Amino acid sequence: MDFGFTIAAYAVAAVLFILSLGGLSGQESAKRAVWYGIVGMAIAVIATLMGPGQGLWIVSLVLIALGAGVGYQLATKVQMTQMPELVAIMHSLVGLAAVFVGFNADLMINMVGGLYDGAGQVMGAVGPDGYTAIGLPKEVNDTLSAFGQLIAKKSSVEITILRVELVLGIWIGAVTFTGSVIAYGKLAGKVDSAAKKLPGGHLLNAGAAAGSLALAALYLGGSGSWTLVLLTLLALFIGYHLIMGIGGADMPVVVSMLNSYSGWAAAAIGFSLGNDLLIVVGALVGSSGAILSYIMCKAMNRAFVSVILGGFGGASGEQMAVEGEQVAIDADGVANALDEADSVIIIPGYGMAVAQAQQNVAELTRRLRAKGKEVRFAIHPVAGRLPGHMNVLLAEAKVPYDIVLEMDEINDDFPDTDVAIVIGSNDIVNPAAQDDPNSPIAGMPVLECWKAKQVFVSKRGQGTGYSGIENPLFFKDNTRMFYGDAKASLLELLNRIS
Amino acid sequence: MKIGTPKEVESGEARVAMTPDSAKQLQKLGYDCMIESGAGAAAGFADALYKEAGVEVVEGADALWQGADVIAKVRPPTKAEAQKLDAGKLLISFFYPAQNEELMKQSADQGASVIAMDMVPRISRAQKMDALSSMANIAGYRAVIEAGNNFGRFFTGQVTAAGKVPPAKVLIVGAGVAGLAAIGTSTSLGAITYAFDVRPEVAEQVESMGAEFVYLDFDEEQQDGSASGGYASVSSPEFREAQLAKFRELAPEMDIVITTALIPNREAPELWTKDMVEAMKPGSVIVDLAAEKGGNCKLTVKDEKIVTDNGVTIIGYTDFPSRMATQSSTLYATNIRHMMTDLTPEKDGQVNHDMEDDVIRGATIAHAKEVTFPPPPPKVQAIAAKPKEKAKELTPEEKRAQEIAAFKAQTKSQVTLIAIGAVLVLAVGLVAPASFMQHFIVFILSVFIGFQVIWNVAHSLHTPLMAVTNAISSIIILGALIQIGSSSILITLLAALGIFMASINIFGGFLVTRRMLAMFQKS
Repeated sequence: MDFGFTIAAYAVAAVLFILSLGGLSGQESAKRAVWYGIVGMAIAVIATLMGPGQGLWIVSLVLIALGAGVGYQLATKVQMTQMPELVAIMHSLVGLAAVFVGFNADLMINMVGGLYDGAGQVMGAVGPDGYTAIGLPKEVNDTLSAFGQLIAKKSSVEITILRVELVLGIWIGAVTFTGSVIAYGKLAGKVDSAAKKLPGGHLLNAGAAAGSLALAALYLGGSGSWTLVLLTLLALFIGYHLIMGIGGADMPVVVSMLNSYSGWAAAAIGFSLGNDLLIVVGALVGSSGAILSYIMCKAMNRAFVSVILGGFGGASGEQMAVEGEQVAIDADGVANALDEADSVIIIPGYGMAVAQAQQNVAELTRRLRAKGKEVRFAIHPVAGRLPGHMNVLLAEAKVPYDIVLEMDEINDDFPDTDVAIVIGSNDIVNPAAQDDPNSPIAGMPVLECWKAKQVFVSKRGQGTGYSGIENPLFFKDNTRMFYGDAKASLLELLNRIS
Repeated sequence: MKIGTPKEVESGEARVAMTPDSAKQLQKLGYDCMIESGAGAAAGFADALYKEAGVEVVEGADALWQGADVIAKVRPPTKAEAQKLDAGKLLISFFYPAQNEELMKQSADQGASVIAMDMVPRISRAQKMDALSSMANIAGYRAVIEAGNNFGRFFTGQVTAAGKVPPAKVLIVGAGVAGLAAIGTSTSLGAITYAFDVRPEVAEQVESMGAEFVYLDFDEEQQDGSASGGYASVSSPEFREAQLAKFRELAPEMDIVITTALIPNREAPELWTKDMVEAMKPGSVIVDLAAEKGGNCKLTVKDEKIVTDNGVTIIGYTDFPSRMATQSSTLYATNIRHMMTDLTPEKDGQVNHDMEDDVIRGATIAHAKEVTFPPPPPKVQAIAAKPKEKAKELTPEEKRAQEIAAFKAQTKSQVTLIAIGAVLVLAVGLVAPASFMQHFIVFILSVFIGFQVIWNVAHSLHTPLMAVTNAISSIIILGALIQIGSSSILITLLAALGIFMASINIFGGFLVTRRMLAMFQKS
């Protein structure tokens, strides 16, 4: 099979991938869109396997089958609440694969260089036209793999560019790898989710980045592969330290950022391999992750840089004192209020995921709807630890998606709502974001649940949210605190609502 | 310590300051409760009920005043009662200290402490003991019921086989607690309800209760009522004129008028003049809830119901809460109980009269042989909602101009971005060889497509989006597949690892996406 066929197959695959992402605009079309993606991937892999220069394809098939087995296990065993962890750990695999492929390219360059030396030629020397490489003698060339031949054909300028690309690919891949592993650890609770930095803080990161630059320059200057190894180690450190310094609630941004990085790494590797499909897909994934990060940052009214630098900035002035007291209520009180309410809005947050309370929430919704009450869900863009986290949890619990609305769709409806129930969210319903210009979260768009006639907050205790600021919502006259583990308290509530 | 409640001596007063329920709560605070025999009878609480709740029932007022350390009652004490307040005793009741200065001095001289329930400051924390509000709530409700009792027609409009009945029109003047309660009752009976208040910021509350707010055609900036602790203040003569003119206009249409306008420590303002009463239809009813302070209508006779020459009934009762003694006793007793809770932080049955506490300080009018009225302004002000700066209504021209400006700004930023991008790409093109630029074009176009496509992804599908992009970013497997055929063992090994890991991702990513999407269901 020749090159032309492979490239044609790549074109088809690229179109399918674009359609697959485009199809995610709606719940129904998304189900079809996944198939586009699957078919696209199959075409791409098969075309590459049959394409020129592929050796050892039995081994490849066996490896793919093995990977498929592991992937199947992962995908079927995972709990929906663990989705953020799964996504994070998968990013790390892409990052690591990018590092390996990048190193291979370097090894191959060295090997081809060795062959040139053996043939008494200079690698990258150009012919009389000024840019076409002279190339190896035919018999030597034929011993190389397709990839080797590709490199052997390159002129010295092209080889330099190739090296730039593979340095980029390896660097981004390595950052993605350790970053994702740490993100996974934080999301799975294996690493303390608080923002932590080594002494030196961001200077350390900046130093490592500067070191990487210097090593990259050395590598391009021809200092050999050891520079590449050192550079990888530095990148691994940056990934580790960067994500360690970012706290739990910023995870939606971090995960989408890593998603973006894994795409850029693939694109950089695509450049170095001269493979357009890798470039197309890498760019698609990279821009997708970038847009998601942007959306998440906007939802928190924070600059991307400040999220990456970690932690909330200090308050710019004295914050408004909170007056009043938190008034507790028991399950009976909530049940009575729900009994009398006509319209209910439920605002889930990370606390619901932690307590695994989504099934109880869904059951509550079903019972209330059966009584003819209007029940809807309001989802803040950064609720949870992954973009769209809450939607997936509610979908798992069989809450119909057409009653699950996003912030902009539902925010105006709160004044006409009888009861708003806040389950395990805090900062995203904090009125200080609007009322107090000195609050650290001032200007962040929030769900205006306090405008409902009555608000119930299901919360473990009197603590503050991730940002560590007091929430005036809990002190409002129409707010009642329903203390306790979300799952247990909802169960208690369900017992009282037939 | 012992809390005791005597029988009210004022004639016609049916309320009682302690109910069996509140007594149980007070006992939880560590107090012993006692009550004068028959004190709760008029409110529907028999002595037996009190006994059942563990309350000691004593015969005669004297025994009670002697035995109790804390005396909770409803009405201000009479002179005779006040004399029984020995040193160290605490009286909790309505007191109206501004009108009863002598009594207050007398109590202070005797060394007794007095907490006036009508002096509880209006801050959020003190709402649970705001007896004025709970009584006003009842008065508002009862006012509508009394009006209905004296009104010859339905409240709600009906079309029946026997003819059409027009709905009653009700005007409520003053949208304080009583006014709002009256609005709620009146609208739920089906009447067309109008309401007026000098504080424009309550319009929203009025409308939320289903009544129509009567706006004046008057420009003067009204003083923010919330600045005076949530009560109305005196208005300017011009404003008053505009207000009366509006009422005159409304008077012939209204079937029922309920006036609730009071200004603290002042004679009630005259809002419903004689000529308005004369303009009303026969059979109309006026309920004047301000009768105690002289009435919003000058024709009102305190504690009586009169009918004017043109057949308008004017009700001037001042004992509306007492007319619903069971309900009002329950609420009042709960207010007292909350006051005791604040006075007993340790729950040990001992009163801790903390004069540093805003609420307790504000309500205390006599303590430690001193008259402590009037109180200093509370540290915590009732927080007034700041009037929102209304966005100026834009003329169509201004809107158009704004749109054009926005469009221009957008064009400018877009053109700048494109220019910068183009310059960068061109700069790369100057140094990079053609073979690189071919791939570079593909890259740029793909980024562009990515941006266009991803913006349309539904928010709720962001998690599936991440899973899918994760799966397809494993396209890096192609790189490993190309490399695995190398003659170098190391390259083959690394490539093999790459293939393995990427394929985990491909299968895991797609499968989990499908799993998630299958869960999204329409109702």
